[in-house]
Amino acid sequence: MNKKTKTPLFHVAKRAALPWYKAWAIRGAALLLALVLCGVITSLVTGEDPIAVYGAIWKGSFGTPRKFWVLLQNIAMLLCVSLAVTPAFRMRCWNLGAEGQALIGGLACAACMILLPGKLPNWAIILCMIVASLLAGAVWAGIPAFFKARYNTNETLFTLMMNYVATQLVAFFCVVWESPKGSGTIGIINPNTQLGWLPQFPSQKYLLNVLIVAVLCVLVYIYLNYSKHGYEIAVVGESERTARYVGIKVEKVIIRTMLLSGAICGLAGLLLVGSTNHTLTPTIVDGRGFTAVMVSWLAKFNPIWMILTSFLLVFLGRGAGEIATKFGLNRSFGDILTGVILFCIIGSEFFINYEIKFTRGAGKED
Amino acid sequence: MDNKIAAVTMRNITKRFGPTLANDKVWLNIYRGEILALLGENGSGKTTLMNMLSGIYFPDEGEIAIDGKPVVIRSPKDAFALGIGMIHQHFKLVDVLTAAENIVLGLEGKLDLKTAAKKIREICDTYGFEVDPDQKIYDMSVSQKQTVEIVKVLYRGADILILDEPTAVLTPQETDKLFAVLRNMRDAGKAIVIITHKMHEVESLSDRVAVLRHGQFIGDMPTKSTNAQEMTNMMVGHPVVLNIDRPEPDDPKPRVEVRDLTVRDVEGTLKLDHVSFTAMSGEILGIAGISGSGQKELLEAIAGLQPVESGSIEYIADNGQREQLIGKDPLAIQEMGVALSFVPEDRLGMGLVGNMDLGYNMMLRSYRSGKSVFTNRKAPYKLARQMVDFLEIATPSVETPVRRLSGGNVQKVLVGREIANAPSVLLTAYAVRGLDINSSYLIYDTINAQKMRGVAVVYVGEDLDVLLELCDRILVLCGGKVSGIVPGRGAKKRDVGMMMTKLGGNAHE
Repeated sequence: MNKKTKTPLFHVAKRAALPWYKAWAIRGAALLLALVLCGVITSLVTGEDPIAVYGAIWKGSFGTPRKFWVLLQNIAMLLCVSLAVTPAFRMRCWNLGAEGQALIGGLACAACMILLPGKLPNWAIILCMIVASLLAGAVWAGIPAFFKARYNTNETLFTLMMNYVATQLVAFFCVVWESPKGSGTIGIINPNTQLGWLPQFPSQKYLLNVLIVAVLCVLVYIYLNYSKHGYEIAVVGESERTARYVGIKVEKVIIRTMLLSGAICGLAGLLLVGSTNHTLTPTIVDGRGFTAVMVSWLAKFNPIWMILTSFLLVFLGRGAGEIATKFGLNRSFGDILTGVILFCIIGSEFFINYEIKFTRGAGKED
Repeated sequence: MDNKIAAVTMRNITKRFGPTLANDKVWLNIYRGEILALLGENGSGKTTLMNMLSGIYFPDEGEIAIDGKPVVIRSPKDAFALGIGMIHQHFKLVDVLTAAENIVLGLEGKLDLKTAAKKIREICDTYGFEVDPDQKIYDMSVSQKQTVEIVKVLYRGADILILDEPTAVLTPQETDKLFAVLRNMRDAGKAIVIITHKMHEVESLSDRVAVLRHGQFIGDMPTKSTNAQEMTNMMVGHPVVLNIDRPEPDDPKPRVEVRDLTVRDVEGTLKLDHVSFTAMSGEILGIAGISGSGQKELLEAIAGLQPVESGSIEYIADNGQREQLIGKDPLAIQEMGVALSFVPEDRLGMGLVGNMDLGYNMMLRSYRSGKSVFTNRKAPYKLARQMVDFLEIATPSVETPVRRLSGGNVQKVLVGREIANAPSVLLTAYAVRGLDINSSYLIYDTINAQKMRGVAVVYVGEDLDVLLELCDRILVLCGGKVSGIVPGRGAKKRDVGMMMTKLGGNAHE
């Protein structure tokens, strides 16, 4: 107890809710800080002019109309998968199987495109594709949901494992349906007849996806925030005991929500195979099932904010690719910059929720 | 007492949580050899003030001095170094460890449980505790766990002890034991602060009282020179009537008939053993018993939340029609047209959703109404606003998450919603636990109003004085069995207390 009494220089205190403009000022400042930090790192490590690097990142997304449309398409697909996991996440059910659910949706879609031509007219093929994809995704999510609801198994591990099963299934069918023979890949499906290809706007081959996902985004937002189902999801997520107490059938809500989650993943698979790529590979979902987790969390499970967070992640990813080619830098350098920016943005939430108070009049006598 | 140097002097302490001023320029002295009762309504800043003393919060302004020397308390570790120990409402013990292991947990130096056990026994002998150092925490009763908490802070050399509502979870007998120990510690020269809402405890135990209201220090005085009425008035800020009404039941009719109800928990332990009783309309049936005697299971079985092994629970409608409630979940019961309201013990874990605001919590009961797939949000928010006015709920707005409200206000939200349902059966578990006097009386009045409406009220309580004043009949549970049912009017506290610990008690001597 002979310790000298030192008044600490500052302490941390929880803030009241900040007005929105202040919160956004803090986020803006964080982004600015991130850019300055990135600039410093760039010039120190590579000797390149940071302004030129920023220019390249910008051009990676907005350089040409084509790049811009690729950006939009990538945002749409990432957002679609993010919208899929969000209802489950709101229920505190960690569906990490979006990758596999989208892939299995794509597999169902490809199966229809390959097996049905000649048996059904084109419109019926497309109808089958839609139904089959959504159903396949829903089943893939429904299996872990059933076990969670019935036996309280851990959904995180279960959904994660289902990803590998889906990947292997697709790899298997890539060999079964290989074209040309011996290539081990499916190649473009129905390249001449274009049977089963989703109709496109004449000038823009990505516009359909973008529109569908935009509508979906609004629908998911309304579903989660205004519908009775959305309310039940929130209650189950916050407290299962409270849910049971008011007579919500928790098992039913878990299964229903996971089926929805899986079906939207199936839709993502449908759009990837039927609308954009017209082929199927085991890597067609491209890790979006996992990136979606970050998109959803960063936006605090709000579908509208997810437009912004998915844009941010896709934009940074495209920029990283661009500087890699333009400056001959390793692609990892782009990832370092992405990391710095995300660190600052996520870190800014601390300053939105807490304030640092400097102690006034330290050591004053009374 | 005037020339004594205060063990603790708190000067001009201010603490804000955002816009809320939890403590506003509070001055408080704590002396050795004295038991100070810290009084105040829910949310008046008692716990916040003590948390600053024990290093959990750091004051925004003001100074703290120990034995006249200014100190800075940045963490619980600093507080321990200064001899300050706090026993919280919620125990912070590791269930799978023994008492001794919990007590030495986190201390530096070599782990020597034998020496520790010896020292623990010494402490126990000095003050009259009963602790077995080798007993596991999960084997202990609530009161034993509390004893371990107290020994833990004494072991660390605390001579300034703060107890936050220590008696809320204790039976009358356990409370007496605790008080005896506290008096021993006082006589040994320790400074003791006790936060409590129970006036008779303040009067019987403390030497001095200090009152806080809305975060401000209102005054302090020797307990001998004041009384419950004056202290309550100081806490509330205006005169309050300290009487619980007990109107005569108006035309009571059987409403819920429970026959031979037997319940086992998931581990197969017998929780209720052939319990039989009838709850009447227009009557408050009190359930007394040591905590864990089956009260929770009884209410949850009636509410359709607890699987039942055998027996029957019948709801009797006004026209005499009987409906079996066993095997039905809350939704099925609601759909049968039985308006059953339930105020559970675990408010934020079961009755409410802490992260949702008042309006959304009102919606829990009503969101299904209407055919639309969308929720109707106007009605619940309107109900929430009415509730805020009617029950005087202190909240910044109806859009505030309920977890940010103080305990009493959380309870008002829950009780308000359950009553808004216009129930014919109202089940309440520890409806006033942790509530201050003013809120408690508001809840009693509300429950009485329901009784006058003809509702069959089942009131599980822990404060025997209140049970005896409020209830028309009292059912005493002992180890899951009905120890007896006594009329509330004229029952003796001592008899009911005996029935709680021994089947049948000595009521029939």
